[in-house]
Amino acid sequence: MKYVDEFRDGDKARAIAGQIRAEADPARTYHLMEFCGGHTHAIFRYGIPGLLPDNVKLIHGPGCPVCVLPIGRLDMAVELARRPDVILCTYGDMLRVPGSGRVSLMKVRAEGTDVRMLYSPADAIKIAQQNPDKQVVFFAIGFETTTPPTALVLEQAKKLNLSNFSVFCNHVLTPAAMHAILNTQEADSGALMLDGFIGPAHVSTVIGSAPYEPFPAQYGKPVVIAGFEPLDVLQAILMLIRQLNEGRCEVENEFTRAVTREGNAKAKALVEQVFELRPSFEWRGLGAIPESALQIRAEYAEFDAEKRFALTQLEGRENKACECPAILRGVKNPRDCKLFGDPCTPDNPLGSCMVSSEGACAAYYSYGRLSDNRIAAEEVNA
Amino acid sequence: MNRLNIANGRVEMVHGSGGRAMAELIDQLFAQAFDNEWLAQGNDQAQFTLPPGRVVMATDSHVVSPLFFPGGDIGSLSVHGTINDVAMSGARPCYLSAGFILEEGFPLADLKRIVDSMASASKEAGVPIVTGDTKVVERGKGDGVFINTTGIGVVPEGLNLSGDRAQPGDAILLSGTIGDHGVTILSLRESLGFEADIQSDSQSLNRLVAAMVEVVPEIRCMRDPTRGGLANTLNELAKQSGVGMQLFEKQIPVREPVRAACEFLGLDPLYVANEGKLIAICPQEKAEQLLKAMRAQPQGREAAIIGRVVEDSHHFVQMETVFGGNRMVDWLNGEQLPRIC
Repeated sequence: MKYVDEFRDGDKARAIAGQIRAEADPARTYHLMEFCGGHTHAIFRYGIPGLLPDNVKLIHGPGCPVCVLPIGRLDMAVELARRPDVILCTYGDMLRVPGSGRVSLMKVRAEGTDVRMLYSPADAIKIAQQNPDKQVVFFAIGFETTTPPTALVLEQAKKLNLSNFSVFCNHVLTPAAMHAILNTQEADSGALMLDGFIGPAHVSTVIGSAPYEPFPAQYGKPVVIAGFEPLDVLQAILMLIRQLNEGRCEVENEFTRAVTREGNAKAKALVEQVFELRPSFEWRGLGAIPESALQIRAEYAEFDAEKRFALTQLEGRENKACECPAILRGVKNPRDCKLFGDPCTPDNPLGSCMVSSEGACAAYYSYGRLSDNRIAAEEVNA
Repeated sequence: MNRLNIANGRVEMVHGSGGRAMAELIDQLFAQAFDNEWLAQGNDQAQFTLPPGRVVMATDSHVVSPLFFPGGDIGSLSVHGTINDVAMSGARPCYLSAGFILEEGFPLADLKRIVDSMASASKEAGVPIVTGDTKVVERGKGDGVFINTTGIGVVPEGLNLSGDRAQPGDAILLSGTIGDHGVTILSLRESLGFEADIQSDSQSLNRLVAAMVEVVPEIRCMRDPTRGGLANTLNELAKQSGVGMQLFEKQIPVREPVRAACEFLGLDPLYVANEGKLIAICPQEKAEQLLKAMRAQPQGREAAIIGRVVEDSHHFVQMETVFGGNRMVDWLNGEQLPRIC
């Protein structure tokens, strides 16, 4: 596959890994957070941890849309789906996330409600047109990557004057979450070990690299934006190590083939036209973060499911033993969770990080158990 | 007896009620297409004798959507699927049965197309459909047509294939490219609708199997990686045999359009369904001989040795990636795709 295989080349990987080993200072440890679940997935799928020296540690960030959605918002979607006049549409990953009392949209569908999986939000418009006697609600989640398509369907719905279509908006913002991670108690107390960020790939194609400039300036944390291919990730790790070694602290862009400083002006304008900042939004693991999410502007209020159905905010019930919140803040590892692997597995997820393939727990479980076992065996033998 | 209006007629409730209308449907559609001496007996059951040997039996229900797809349809798929399940034991499939659940209103022209396709798949494989059944459900209670097939076969003397027989050191062989069927079906989904120059690999593997067991009767086991794909099937075998497996991504054949489609849909070809491929595990020293025998058959032209059985108390399937890392190939989690077979 052209433009893909080049970024999965084993020989080049070994060369960069060799470079990382040569340049990483054995006297120190490098704690690098990949913000995005897409990176977490790539890191495990291609076995990148095995190519790194022991003192280069990857911390998995909260950039998994399914993982950071608080249970209360999911419960609200469940309530919507249970209304007899509603067809609830959403992305596949969302269907399996357990809400309060472990009720997922999949379970609600088995009850006989109409919940549909979408590949594209544009299909929700089609479903609305085909079902004029039903209320079609698109349960929209995601970071800046999935926001422009939602904006587009809202604009279309307005143009088409659709009276039976609305969006339950849960779109969130990457830079706000990065600020939040650096402002937790754990960050203040030093419990969060974090030397730099591997910046998002697809999110950055939309927002550009400029929004990351405060992180080196305000917090002294370098950011290297990286593509989702394994060579991109390795190269970004090398670039971060070089910055840290040389005492530089800046935003660098490894993903120049897709990301500019300004981002995608057209997409940003569309988002701006349809959405505005929410004063505050609850994140799973990170708590309420001011100006960290989007809501639908008054001009599009008739398509806002929260208004149309007069939804009230619900308080979800978390499983107390689930460590998803601490994992999402970067202070715990999936293996630190008592539920990991038994009883919490991708087939039987108790926490959101085990549901999406971008979730740290699911990635660990699906690809990483192997190395975990090796580590366990080594520990026993030692 | 009335002539069925195949061009414009539709399935009606009376076609399943046991009366004259049902007899017309059976005579003019099924019996004519499947045409063989056992059906011609006209009994509620088929009577036949089997060659000596262990008898194997397998059944499979087919609910694929859409019913017609590049490279096949629900009819040919239902014949291939059961023949392959029987053949994976090393057996020669001898006879098939076919049960139809039809939805009221289903066009007879489509039904004829499906039945004709079953007939030609059965003739091609040399396995006659000797008995059958038809039921009709009210409109809205089915999805056009569901087909169940059952197959009976006989294992030749001296063969003993079973999923619990893989041993560390054995070679793992695959008969061709993976993912073709699942990606073809996916490309037809209304909501995806991408164009890809691929077709389902749906085919009968009984002739390939006959050639394989003749050359290497020591084959430990065979299985066709249908739902859940190569990954799930290998995990099943690893668990059943109490062993681990080491695969080499570089050696697993995947067609370029399948790889590209999986890439942009976020799927892993290892988990995508196949309907005309098999995995065989055999002693290492027989691997090259078996590979040669497979490649000599049209259904095994692109066969490859893709890995080996290893000792592993966790029964993990692992794969060395093209990138050089090693990763786990876990069981399929949840459902990757809607109805594909």
